[in-house]
Amino acid sequence: MPWVLRGLRNGVLTTRYPRRADAYEQEFAGAVGVSDAPSVPELTALCPSGAIGQTDLGRVSVDRGRCVLCGRCVAARPDVFSWVVGAETARLARGALVVPPLAEDDRAIEEVRGQLAERVRAFGRSVHIRHLDAGSDGAEEWEVAALVNPVYDVHRLGIFFTASPRHADVLLVTGAGAHGMIEPLTRTLEAMARPVVVIAAGTDAISGGLVSPSYATSGGICTLLPVGVPVDVYVSGSPPSPFSLLHAILLALGKMPDGRGPAAKQP
Amino acid sequence: MTAESVDQAVTADVAAWRAAVLRAVERGGRFAGLFGTDVRGDVRLTALVAAADIQPYDVMLPAAMTEYPALTPDLPAAAWYERELHDLFGVHPAGHPRLDPLVLPLQTGAVDRPRPGSPSPVSGLTPSDRTVPSLVVGAGVFTIPHGPVRSGVFESIEYLVETPGENVLHPQIRVHAKHRGLEKRFEGMTTDDAVLLAERVEGIASVAHALAFAHAVERVAGVEPPPAAAAIRVLLAELERVANHLDVALRLAEAAALAVAMSRLGWHKERVLRLQSRLSGSRFARGIVVPGGVSRLPGIAAADIRVALDRLEPAIAADERELMLTSSFLDRLRTTGVIGPSLAARHGALGPIGRASGVGEDARVTRPYDGYGILDQPTPPVLVEGDAMARLRVRWTEVHAAFTLARAAIDVLVSADEVLRRDVGRPDGRGIGWAEAPQGEVLYAVDLIDGVLTRCKPRSASFHNLVLFHDTFDTEILTDFPFIEASFGLSVAGVVL
Repeated sequence: MPWVLRGLRNGVLTTRYPRRADAYEQEFAGAVGVSDAPSVPELTALCPSGAIGQTDLGRVSVDRGRCVLCGRCVAARPDVFSWVVGAETARLARGALVVPPLAEDDRAIEEVRGQLAERVRAFGRSVHIRHLDAGSDGAEEWEVAALVNPVYDVHRLGIFFTASPRHADVLLVTGAGAHGMIEPLTRTLEAMARPVVVIAAGTDAISGGLVSPSYATSGGICTLLPVGVPVDVYVSGSPPSPFSLLHAILLALGKMPDGRGPAAKQP
Repeated sequence: MTAESVDQAVTADVAAWRAAVLRAVERGGRFAGLFGTDVRGDVRLTALVAAADIQPYDVMLPAAMTEYPALTPDLPAAAWYERELHDLFGVHPAGHPRLDPLVLPLQTGAVDRPRPGSPSPVSGLTPSDRTVPSLVVGAGVFTIPHGPVRSGVFESIEYLVETPGENVLHPQIRVHAKHRGLEKRFEGMTTDDAVLLAERVEGIASVAHALAFAHAVERVAGVEPPPAAAAIRVLLAELERVANHLDVALRLAEAAALAVAMSRLGWHKERVLRLQSRLSGSRFARGIVVPGGVSRLPGIAAADIRVALDRLEPAIAADERELMLTSSFLDRLRTTGVIGPSLAARHGALGPIGRASGVGEDARVTRPYDGYGILDQPTPPVLVEGDAMARLRVRWTEVHAAFTLARAAIDVLVSADEVLRRDVGRPDGRGIGWAEAPQGEVLYAVDLIDGVLTRCKPRSASFHNLVLFHDTFDTEILTDFPFIEASFGLSVAGVVL
């Protein structure tokens, strides 16, 4: 009985996101932005994980799929690099994680979005997620687990975590792509019904981050997946915050409210 | 010298080294680790013994000599270290009672080993399950594989549980699935880059790992962090401890299916992580600790941090009181997963696991670093019951001590001058650094040439402690498993680098 009363003590703690904006989601620096500047070796050398590169036109670019959010570039060159607040860091294509975006990306992403929408239609109004660790540092698991705490409470959105791959619609993969997880990953995917949606959760899962190159990992999980199973959603962050993960799941399901999707947020 | 006399000289060296290590432990030292370093094809073995300082004992094994007399028969705590050494270097500890692969099972006859310390790159290595024994023998005994993909949101690890149906006879612990090859990855990095990787060795203890690494570099460079930096380090490290201990309580409540308690503890943990992100910009306080100090001041004012701490502590304490009065919960913890004081002392059990079993060592007290030397530290709790209950009680006491320390650190911070970092330059040499993570003592042994790492060996408390999991099953049954595992509070990422 005391626990029942205790459960009522602090009222509703749950965020209204994504229906309403959330103050914490918006104060969180979830990515690094870049202003228009010529690409020079001094800028590229700032990054410990090789995220700073150049566009076709020789301008400096940031690959958020490699960025570990250490903030070194922002501290050293605030005239070029800046923090971008907001946790909505998930994208439907690997290329869309690179800023500034390429012009032709938009059309390609629309195509991807259409194909994904076709697939997730079968899920109906509830979706079950199987998490799999393919060589994470452990922090990602905390952030994934946080999604069921009362603050995020993803059950309210019809999102559930499931132990059995047989019941799962979405595979949420964390970690840098450890070779030792190739077989367990393959077995898990084989056990899942089709259609299946795969989310690469975190910079490590997208590119290996600081862990790659290494003899025991594959530079992210993309090359670990069996042929014919692509990554559908990429969510950057080291680790991605719970809001970023929630954004990724909602993006996969096409459940982001209009106007608050990734297109509106591109810097 | 002839080849034969060289062999004899080396054999004598190894025997002397082995005797010295055993003597140091007999005299009250605590065995704290064993690792190898490839030095131009030879293997330098380094045993660490903790007394007043962490003392390294070295011996060189020439390339031609692939065998040495194992420490494990006389020093059981070395068992996993020698298995790891065998996996990474192919060196054979002769007389080891069970030299199964641990972190990197390769096909039988594999010649390529990572050999950390050697400048040559290693191409892709894939662990092979097939070289890990899985046979069990006994009337009616079978195995249940838990993992590597667990039922829930867990890190990948496989416990192959040997059972006749109800009791757990023995859990085989297989950690290799998520081996990331981090020791090699450190090599060639500058200290500024490497501290970022250290934060990702065991992500839930990012601050402690960054601190232990920074301390190692600072010792080589002969630099002390300025007082303001030391205070910020203490503040972040103690908040990390609170979040970790709440996570353990949360997982225990989950195992007992106490839904409201889970929600409450999950909320508190979220609040701690949010405070951490307001202080540092990262929910795991990454990017703040750097060799020589810290990279920036907390993102919110001291007064606001105090307000946040003053709100958090009583809220946590209220739920702690309720939890520790919930008999259906406590019944599952009492006498579950006991580690006796003699085993804990013999193994040198670290952190809350040690402190719940009569081993009172805490790096913050015995070998204070950063601000801990000048802060008024509460005495670390030491219990002797050694069960899951004692481990949880130790953690609660540490949570309150963490708040006291965090407040004291803020007092130091507001009165300190504004220097946040001293230059460590490009140091040369070897150094060992330590920090007390929420899981226990973390060690980093580094070799630096002109500010670049040639070898970096992280030794987490998770690695040292996890082997004790074998010994916690006496009359325990399958349903006790999640309680014992949660009560350990370890991270697999820190076990298998």
